[in-house]
Amino acid sequence: MITGTPKPIEEILEMVEPYDNIIVAGCHGCVTVCRVGGHKEVEVLSSTLRLARESGGSKIEINELSLERQCDPEYVETLRPLIDDYQAVLSIACGAGIQFLAEKFSKTPILPGINTGFLGVTERQGEWSERCQGCGDCVLHLTGGICPVTRCAKQLFHGPCGGSTAGKCEIDQNVQCGWQLIIDRLKALDQMDNYLKLKPYKGWDSSRDGGPRRIIREDMI
Amino acid sequence: MKSGSNLEKVLEAGHFSVTAECGPPRGADPEHVRKKAAFVKDNVDACNVTDNQTSVVRMSSLAGCLLVKESGVEPLIQMVVRDRNRIALQSDLLGASAMGVRNLLCLSGDHQKFGDDPQAKNVFDIDSMQLINLARRMRDEGVFPSGDKLEGAPKFYIGCAVNPFADPYEIRVPRLKLKIEAGADFVQTQCIYNMDTFKRYMEDTKKEGLHEKVKILAGVTPLKSAGMAKFMNKFVAGIDIPEEVIKRVADEPKEKQAAKGIEICIEQIGELKEMEGIAGVHVMAIEWEEKLNEIIGGAGLLPRPVVE
Ligand code: SF4
Repeated sequence: MITGTPKPIEEILEMVEPYDNIIVAGCHGCVTVCRVGGHKEVEVLSSTLRLARESGGSKIEINELSLERQCDPEYVETLRPLIDDYQAVLSIACGAGIQFLAEKFSKTPILPGINTGFLGVTERQGEWSERCQGCGDCVLHLTGGICPVTRCAKQLFHGPCGGSTAGKCEIDQNVQCGWQLIIDRLKALDQMDNYLKLKPYKGWDSSRDGGPRRIIREDMI
Repeated sequence: MKSGSNLEKVLEAGHFSVTAECGPPRGADPEHVRKKAAFVKDNVDACNVTDNQTSVVRMSSLAGCLLVKESGVEPLIQMVVRDRNRIALQSDLLGASAMGVRNLLCLSGDHQKFGDDPQAKNVFDIDSMQLINLARRMRDEGVFPSGDKLEGAPKFYIGCAVNPFADPYEIRVPRLKLKIEAGADFVQTQCIYNMDTFKRYMEDTKKEGLHEKVKILAGVTPLKSAGMAKFMNKFVAGIDIPEEVIKRVADEPKEKQAAKGIEICIEQIGELKEMEGIAGVHVMAIEWEEKLNEIIGGAGLLPRPVVE
């Protein structure tokens, strides 16, 4: 899923300062699962904003709502009938959702209420960690199912570097060395011969470096 | 000869070789490099010039190499893949070769987290293994990775670093093998303090016959004080200083600890000289270049051979 973290309330208050009538929009997708942008969070954030503004002597009206997904035109369109009644939308969906709203409603400021994080997994309640950078050219079959682009701090294709110590990465004792994980997995799978091959340069053109990406599936159009 | 560098000549002639390193300054003052180079001169076969080591911004290694060269010392350019993509790396390889730098060390580079710009973007477009291979293909095949022909191939004696003390141990030798396949001509190791681990590493290296395929230069760093030893052991990833080594320095009064550090370093070089498969030493006297002559001379490695 796409993860995120709430923006500091001071930053949000500063963003909404010019407005007294806004929508706070959540999303039922990934951000609900990682508890940063679902309807519960819409309610909590809205009350916090109301209280803060009230105590500052400048009230704010908030319409609390959540869309099924902010990244899908079908659901985004449900906002259209009411959008003109508000001065701004504070979205707590991921960056994709926020931008999609901005694209669809060109005259309304759309403000980000969260910092979008990464493509990750739930380790346990309250803990998420990154697994994929969406580089567009998956090599997991060669690396024991562990991604060197994401899990190695240097994105090495022939790791580990000299900084790997007791399974930990040189950048932080709390970060596992991705290459130690890869090697452990390759050994368990009896695939160490994959390790001993020189790998070609990675083509980053399928990644962000190639410019904004687009997928067109002719079979679905 | 692959590169015609002095280091290559000395090693190929079968001499026990000596390299050292110079860290360029945190500024644009060329005198700083010249001063260091004067301490290095005549004590080594080539001198590494580091590339923003520990991610702390310094004068570029290429500029440092040119200053070192001007001072009459053969430069060895260190190149990390942290800060430059393959376009910049290729371009710098061509530039360095054009300016007469004939030795190259390919490195990953410490993560930028350790430096003064921890918020910098890191590049890591290709890794150090691939940089070795890139330099070798340019040199031997005269082509860019794209396959286009070079107008003049860069000539480098190509090196890589190995750290016998990093984990997991069992891939250390296979990894060296891979680096040799990629095109490494020589190796400089991380500073060695734990001779037992290093001996084991060399035994495993020899079992694979790798010491015959690549010239292995053992890395040493004299300890200036017990404090430095403890700090390095604790905070520098991949450094392993056994308790008994620290104790030997710590047992001395403060003002004699530096001399003890040098004595231990000389002793160690003596031991390394006798080890089968070791082709030379890489003396990293960090911000202590003025001691190089004492260390290298003390180890009986002066004068340096002249090979035509
Ligand atoms: S320690 Fe491991 S994860 Fe960290 S940069 Fe080195 S190889 Fe990558």
